[in-house]
Amino acid sequence: MPTVLIVAEQQPDGHLRKATLNALSAGKALAQKVGAELHVAVLGKDVAKVADELKTYGPKVVHSGSAAGLEHYIAEAHAPALADLATSLKADYVGAAATAQGKDLMPRLAARLKAAMASEVLGFEGQGADVTFTRPMWAGNVIASVKLTTPVKVFTVRPTEFNAAEPGPAGEVTAFSPKVDAVKTKLIEFKEVKSARPDLSEAKVVVAGGRGTKGDFKELEALADELGAAVGASRAACDAGWVPNDLQVGQTGKVVAPTLYIAIGISGAIQHIAGMKGSRVIVAINKDAEAPIFQVADYGLVGDLFKVLPELRAAIKAAK
Amino acid sequence: MKILVTAKRVEDPESKIKVKPDGTGIVLEGLKYKINPFDEIAVEEALRLVAKFPGEVVVASVGGKEVQEQLRHALAMGATRAVWVNHTGPLDQMGIAALLQKVAEKEKPDLVILGKQSIDDDQNQIGQYLAEWLGWAQATFASKVESFESDAEKNKVPALTVSADVKTVRVVREVDGGLATVECQLPAVVTADLRLNMPRYASLPGIMKAKSKPIEELTPVGLGVDVTPKLTVTKMMAPPARKAGIKVPDVATLVQKLKTEAKVL
Repeated sequence: MPTVLIVAEQQPDGHLRKATLNALSAGKALAQKVGAELHVAVLGKDVAKVADELKTYGPKVVHSGSAAGLEHYIAEAHAPALADLATSLKADYVGAAATAQGKDLMPRLAARLKAAMASEVLGFEGQGADVTFTRPMWAGNVIASVKLTTPVKVFTVRPTEFNAAEPGPAGEVTAFSPKVDAVKTKLIEFKEVKSARPDLSEAKVVVAGGRGTKGDFKELEALADELGAAVGASRAACDAGWVPNDLQVGQTGKVVAPTLYIAIGISGAIQHIAGMKGSRVIVAINKDAEAPIFQVADYGLVGDLFKVLPELRAAIKAAK
Repeated sequence: MKILVTAKRVEDPESKIKVKPDGTGIVLEGLKYKINPFDEIAVEEALRLVAKFPGEVVVASVGGKEVQEQLRHALAMGATRAVWVNHTGPLDQMGIAALLQKVAEKEKPDLVILGKQSIDDDQNQIGQYLAEWLGWAQATFASKVESFESDAEKNKVPALTVSADVKTVRVVREVDGGLATVECQLPAVVTADLRLNMPRYASLPGIMKAKSKPIEELTPVGLGVDVTPKLTVTKMMAPPARKAGIKVPDVATLVQKLKTEAKVL
């Protein structure tokens, strides 16, 4: 029976990264299409707890690889250990969520496995050996079906395209000892960006600002807090240094798909729209009635954001 | 120090990309081409480093003779010389990485800097494949902490920190939940994120000088690389269109619609 191996991700704080659950449900969908067993691997200094959590989502086996040398995630260390595991399992498909770590790790793992790779996969088409991966190209202006012809096939999935995996029949946990070689890269420092607001990639509501804010995010942040929302930004706002770049939504930033996305003073470049058009409801507030953002917005309001925002916050508070 | 950079030829990011009705590709009429914006950032970073650590910047590209335009662009920015791998026909990420591996083995640079992804395929793979196949350290998504308005940026200070003995490089990487600083032994592969720097414009003297800078021509056969693709695009489609909604006259209407129609409040 073919094997689909999903690589789980442990956050620096030791918890399972939520996007792994989206990758798991993608793995389940693929396993069903190709008639495969679903396996999960997790690597780190101590992953026993995470492995126990993973087994509740219905994989056949969770491969739990704890090793002292894997304290910090480094692609050079993780890729060979995972390649050894994938090879010993004769895995046909190896996938992960397209998080920063997934994007860094999986191509290196693919190279090690001499495997072709599809990045940011949105779905699977066809059955059995004919399965193809759908993925975006040109900032999402094209959706392509791609076929990989190497014996092992590697992929990352866009987390927003798959629901988080639901609990399923408990799988078994197998411990393995990853071989950790000396690597040429070391982590000097990890500076966590702490925020009292929800994580941009996972928030149900996102309030995002662009050039139109002129760098003043105060009212926008107040609105976000009223809504319990994450704050996002356009590339222009990040480039200007008004907000940290990890708030960037778009082709080169984060891809988000919240229930409600409020774009404030964002004109709507293709590259920005690529990162938010999957949102369920889009609201655009912009003083330029011709701004392209209005072409994707469900509700558009033409007006001066500095006047609109306080009014909107008060109205939302009153409507609750 | 010697730095190898890449200059992929891609569609201008401002151009409108449309899928052909039969789904075999994109409509090419009217498209303009440019150097991949992420590669342009890689070239800029290499030039700043070489200003501190004298040496050369070698720029490589794979494709038909039209890619010489992108090589000339990098040369006009200030790269020393170019390597052109002449290949027409299909090519996938593994093929490109294998060719770059051979170029890197031939050139023996201290550092390879590439764009983190190209804006056509959006795959984000080449740097990582290359690092693995060379057996080198990798630092993807190199970013920098200050804004483009900072003095350091105006003075074109490199964001990558190379040690005085040119044995290691420190890279600030943009990752989920924060910024990670890593130190890689050289030679290493670094991929550039958008915020690594603001690339310079090519000056007129730079453009004139670029005309006489050498472009070495290589071929996949000459490099001993079989570039038969292992990844093929079987079909292209336009993404599902999102239809424009309505304009609301005021905040009250907006909130009422969000509450009763969209039911998101």
